[in-house]
Amino acid sequence: MLILKCPYCGVMADETELSPGGEAHLTRHGPGSDDTEFEAYLFMRENPRGVHFERWRHAHGCGKWFHAARCTQTLEVFGTYSAQTTRPPQDLLDTISEKRPGWRWRDLA
Amino acid sequence: MKRYSAFALVREALNGHKGWERAWRNAQPKAHYDAIIIGAGGHGLATAYYLGKNFGITNVAILEKGWLGGGNTGRNTTIIRSNYLQDPSAAIYEKSRALYETLSQELNYNIMFSPRGVMMLAQTEHEVRGYRRTAHANALQGVSTEFISPRRVKELVPIIELNGPRYPVLGALWQDRAGTARHDAVAWGYARACSDMGMDIIQKCEVTGITREGGRVTGVQTTKGDIACDRLGIVVAGHSGVLAEMAGFRLPVESVALQALVSEPIKPCMDVVVMANTVHGYMSQSDKGEMVIGGGADGFNNYTQRGSFHHIEETVRALVETFPMISRLKMLRQWGGIVDMTGDRSPILSKTPIEGVFINCGWGTGGFKAIPGSGWGFAELMAKGTSPLTDPFSLNRFGEGRFIDESVAAGVAH
Amino acid sequence: MSTRLATGGRLTDRSDRLEFTFNGKRLTGFAGDTLASALLANDQMLVGRSFKYHRPRGVVASGAEEPNALVNLGTGDRVEPNQRATTTELFHGLSATSQNHWPSLEHDIGALNGLVAPVLTAGFYYKMFIHPRPFWKHIYEPFIRQSAGLGRAPDPEARDPDTYEHVHAHVDVLVLGGGVAGLQAAHAAGAAGAQVLLLEQSPHLGGRAPVDGGTIDGQDPEAWVEATVAALKAMDNVDIRTRTMGAGIYDHGYVLGYERLNDHAPWLAGPRHRLWRIRAGQVVTATGAIERPLSFAGNDVPGVMLASAMRDYLVNYGVAAGDRTVVVTNNDDAYRTAIILKQAGLDVPAILDAREYGGGALAAEARALGIRVEQGRAIAKVQGGKRVTGVAICAQAGAGGLLEEIPCDAVAMSGGWSPVVHLWSHCGGKLLWDDAQAMFRPDPDRAPTGADGAPMLRVAGAANGFLRLGDTLRDAEAQGREAAAALGFTPGAGAAPAAEATEEAPLAPVWLMPQGARDDLRKKAWLDYQNDVKVSDVQLAAQEGFESVEHTKRYTTLGMATDQGKLSNINGLATLSRALGEEIPQVGTTTFRPPYTPISMGAIAGEAKGKLFQPIRKTPLHDWHEAHGAHWEPVGQWRRPYAYPQPGESVHDAVMREVTATRTGLGLLDASTLGKILVKGPDAGRFMDMMYTNMMSTLKPGRCRYGLMCSENGFLIDDGVVARIDDQTFLCHTTTGGADRIHAHMEEWLQTEWWDWQVYTANLTEQYAQIAVVGPKARAVLDKLGGMDLSAEALPFMGWAEGTLGGLPARVFRISFSGELSFEVAVPAHRGRALWERLHEAGAEFGATPYGTEALHIMRAEKGFIMIGDETDGTVIPQDLGLHWAISKKKDDYLGKRAQARSHMTDPDRWQLVGLETLEGGVLPDGAYAVAPGRNANGQRNTQGRVTSSYHSPTLGRGIAMGLVHKGPERMGEEIAFAMEDGETMMRARIVSPVFFDPDGEKQNV
Repeated sequence: MLILKCPYCGVMADETELSPGGEAHLTRHGPGSDDTEFEAYLFMRENPRGVHFERWRHAHGCGKWFHAARCTQTLEVFGTYSAQTTRPPQDLLDTISEKRPGWRWRDLA
Repeated sequence: MKRYSAFALVREALNGHKGWERAWRNAQPKAHYDAIIIGAGGHGLATAYYLGKNFGITNVAILEKGWLGGGNTGRNTTIIRSNYLQDPSAAIYEKSRALYETLSQELNYNIMFSPRGVMMLAQTEHEVRGYRRTAHANALQGVSTEFISPRRVKELVPIIELNGPRYPVLGALWQDRAGTARHDAVAWGYARACSDMGMDIIQKCEVTGITREGGRVTGVQTTKGDIACDRLGIVVAGHSGVLAEMAGFRLPVESVALQALVSEPIKPCMDVVVMANTVHGYMSQSDKGEMVIGGGADGFNNYTQRGSFHHIEETVRALVETFPMISRLKMLRQWGGIVDMTGDRSPILSKTPIEGVFINCGWGTGGFKAIPGSGWGFAELMAKGTSPLTDPFSLNRFGEGRFIDESVAAGVAH
Repeated sequence: MSTRLATGGRLTDRSDRLEFTFNGKRLTGFAGDTLASALLANDQMLVGRSFKYHRPRGVVASGAEEPNALVNLGTGDRVEPNQRATTTELFHGLSATSQNHWPSLEHDIGALNGLVAPVLTAGFYYKMFIHPRPFWKHIYEPFIRQSAGLGRAPDPEARDPDTYEHVHAHVDVLVLGGGVAGLQAAHAAGAAGAQVLLLEQSPHLGGRAPVDGGTIDGQDPEAWVEATVAALKAMDNVDIRTRTMGAGIYDHGYVLGYERLNDHAPWLAGPRHRLWRIRAGQVVTATGAIERPLSFAGNDVPGVMLASAMRDYLVNYGVAAGDRTVVVTNNDDAYRTAIILKQAGLDVPAILDAREYGGGALAAEARALGIRVEQGRAIAKVQGGKRVTGVAICAQAGAGGLLEEIPCDAVAMSGGWSPVVHLWSHCGGKLLWDDAQAMFRPDPDRAPTGADGAPMLRVAGAANGFLRLGDTLRDAEAQGREAAAALGFTPGAGAAPAAEATEEAPLAPVWLMPQGARDDLRKKAWLDYQNDVKVSDVQLAAQEGFESVEHTKRYTTLGMATDQGKLSNINGLATLSRALGEEIPQVGTTTFRPPYTPISMGAIAGEAKGKLFQPIRKTPLHDWHEAHGAHWEPVGQWRRPYAYPQPGESVHDAVMREVTATRTGLGLLDASTLGKILVKGPDAGRFMDMMYTNMMSTLKPGRCRYGLMCSENGFLIDDGVVARIDDQTFLCHTTTGGADRIHAHMEEWLQTEWWDWQVYTANLTEQYAQIAVVGPKARAVLDKLGGMDLSAEALPFMGWAEGTLGGLPARVFRISFSGELSFEVAVPAHRGRALWERLHEAGAEFGATPYGTEALHIMRAEKGFIMIGDETDGTVIPQDLGLHWAISKKKDDYLGKRAQARSHMTDPDRWQLVGLETLEGGVLPDGAYAVAPGRNANGQRNTQGRVTSSYHSPTLGRGIAMGLVHKGPERMGEEIAFAMEDGETMMRARIVSPVFFDPDGEKQNV
């Protein structure tokens, strides 16, 4: 039973209050994109054993979507942050670098 | 290989069981193999077995980072069925089910295939329609199923409650030649047969890199040294993404935890497998007497082989409602496995962008039942470059929008 | 024989005599007894049969680790199999029966298995029962199933009359285990001011200490426990729950507790079990340790018992397991049992100490009491069948050469202690091998970690490897203080109490007795009593290449019984490591899985059963439907009337009547379940254009438009009528099942992709009751209610108006899903019932008829309207359904547009929507497939279409169907054959337009 802090309402929410939403920071590819880009956007997913950035919704709470940085191997949560950004906050990236030297995820490190 | 039989057991009993040899040789890697399979789970071992049996390719190594059969092969609820809706799924699962029927005899290893029948309850009008459609499809696919009445459901499963106040049972899709098998034995039986064909099963050997030359695979790097090969099959379920990355391509796969539990053993009370999709739960009784219960999958990426208790609650709640007599039984043990889910929840059996590298993954929650069929088709794909069983499951279907969507039968409520 | 002594029993009340039955025999015990102690007091040593060989089994332990004494408890609806007698508190009227035998416990046919035991080695069933093939299903498997299993299955119709509940608890410090370590840790944390919850699985606090002796702060441990409990109870911030087990520890520190409220007193009111879901700032596990058996031949004969258990029965219950007890040990602790037995006046013919160097002070004390103590000696073999009759003694160092036989009726054994590390391990805590004490204990450097990545568990006392009383208390005090300090509390000046216990000589690991035991002895030396796994089985597994501990476990079934190997795991592991020639830590352990001991399914399900299983959503008209005989259909969490059969009328006939009444007069439908989502804001039009395939931004206020929604993957996911309320406001109708899903879908895109767009959404589904007023008389009845001009001129088709209808504030949408003149009237939810009743009243003269979902379906099918979930199934795109007119060509983008451009989506070979007309009459079966010539590469029949909806149309007097057919719209008039469920019989149908009724829309446009 994971517990994550909703960055909007500040509540430590049990997993049963939340809905998971998969990989974070996807760039939408609409009409005009080529087949490979579009396929990657819809289906290719980061599936790291380690640091991962993902989306959650505080579905049975304030209803807001937010992002979490979490380790898929230890389940450690490095932090949660607004969904209204295309890149995790720098201080969070620094925290992760401190705890998991050498990590990388897509073009982040 | 010494054959197993009741006679052999008696002979060995008189001899203090000193004569039993190893079920599989303890092999060390050679410099080169015609084919290497990464992953000594059910699917990997079955692939190797059929490479040898059907195509005469026996210079094969199966590399396993832990112990053979130690992944999802030994962590599932052992259900075998083929009552799928879409043609490609029905084909591979039915091939698999048919191979399971004679697998004990073929491998000379009792995998305890028990064709006790599997039923899927219809508890809404929508489900009735979905399962009637499946029954129609199955009739043309050569899969023997029928839609049965609530009365027949009760005859087959006396412990069921037909008239629950929330979701009465309106009927069921019944496949009488589906059933269960002893999961570990499937891996062990294939391993013994592979070893007997001269293949090397190398345990505690982790692949750390995949060597390529001009877009073609030439070998693997492992914790037991470099090994050359002409063809490479990656059959590592939840860890496929990690291996694909080594080979230099991406997969439409995410790994999540799926949970199951068993009760304490009791005397026989349920002779068939029942799946109740509306309330999310399924149950059967093992030969040992435990009620084997399948639970839900988490929706987030996870490599811990554990899951959240709320899924267990949800499943048990559904099953206590469906089978009220289990209320005073006790949960003995719960566990999780890591399953690899694709974009359309159907598996991938495919060539890859790297020549000579083949991938078999994405079985999600359906892997165990597919082991022989998957091995049969994947071996053909590796040997010939094409197989009617696996071609529809290629990687390029996602780009083309040509999905194999089995959630259709469950569908959405109107 | 085992018997109750004249005095003793600190937990029993001899003034309160309780009657109970075992296998129908009436017996008595005392209040405070466990079922096991009461059975032993009645000389009922034989309590069950083992799983495989049906060997006689007696009580071996005194707590949760018991593998043998499992009984069926209760009768009728309250039958509970596999209840552990050692943790079952005796109550008046308790009824228990033993398990796994036929015809009786004393004479069990299944014991014949023992005769062929040499054949039935580890994994024998993988090597036989292979031929002939049908025999497995029909002969072998039924036989194996019948002889396996353990407890009795409850009656198929048994309905558990008890209730269960769940509670949440949030505390600072959670202490699991109420022995002296748990009490001390709780005291330390509580004294620092932390909110503390302590759970103890048994009814008693203090654990083993009162039995094992020594002194704490100069007091008898029992007195110290009493004083400490009193002190804890005096603290407002400390809560203690007995009969409550820490069942499991889950990710991010979620703890599951299992409280048994009235198992010991079934007559009490209230729930039987309570499941605790606990979040704690710090968790301290103080779960103690469990004694290990020794592996010698015949160690499973009833009368062979753990030394500590024998001590427990004597001290706690005043029960002696035998008159003459031989003690066998590899450590000093077992001497305590010998001493206590001797002091109680019982005979202890010998203590066999496997250590060449013998014991320490306790050994001297035993000798002083006149007990014969033998060093370097072992049991070669226990004699007896259903009861110990004696032991054969040999040298531990040898192969089992007989030195002497000693008659006795009980054996107390001790192979050392194993900390209970289950909770530590549930979430990945790692273990250390402690060579000196021959045990695994928690590795503090590799603790399970929580959400913040920091260790989330502490272990205190014996569970942490501190077996001596003083060490236990010191560790517990430190863990309790640190737990409180970690949460910001300031521990006071208190210190751990000083304890005194006799010095003990070091233990010597003994994994097999004697060390070089011969074949015949190893085949009788049990590791797992319940599953009948012997030393020889583990050795055979290793010989056959099952080298991983997981392989061995699975091949031999070691540790897989209902006790989950609490007694057998370490001994089995050591046996395997010796067989492989590896060290124990290299071989590793199997994974510990929750729960610690089995917990009831009823408790896991909790309150949610029967009517409370899932919430039922009710429209404002639900009660009216109920009162008028609605035949219900579950739709999501709602129930909708499928039809309203009248007395004596079949459901089918009711549906036919409802369709005809609506088409010829007036039908009324409760459409309140349809989703109603408000989309509002300056960017609402732009947002709607992305959500729907249609151009919604051009819709004029006061007008409605039928819209389609696709997923980003291109597939049709929902449809419904959108009404533009004003320039910045749209009201989106969704399907019943779609309301929450579509609202979430909108929010997801708004919040995560277009968060800079100024749009708000609100799900208003439950705020309105909505009634479809349908049929030629629809306008007439609304006019009768009065208040709004609903003429064709004032409110044309696909328009909506707001006003007061019959005195009720209403929105009227002139839309039709039936092809009839039709108005959907929305009123505030609490006025819904009033509107519905007024419509019936006013409509009586027009034959107003309520209709259900099936009539709705038929009427829409007659008109060729698609239904989400029937014509769509998640694989269908709007283009398949001939809905090109609803897909804007002018828009650059909408969700799904790019996906619909992929090669498979634009493939001209897709199946497309058509109508189907049967040639010989009759109704096509729903879901039937149309066959095409030949078979595919996998031998499956080729197909060219399928039926998506099929009904008997009362309006047309024949079967009508819709379907998706390969290039269907190009093949009008062509005949194709549909296969019935047998795959052989065919039904022929002609491809026609899907609009069967009133193709020009004359009926709705009036």
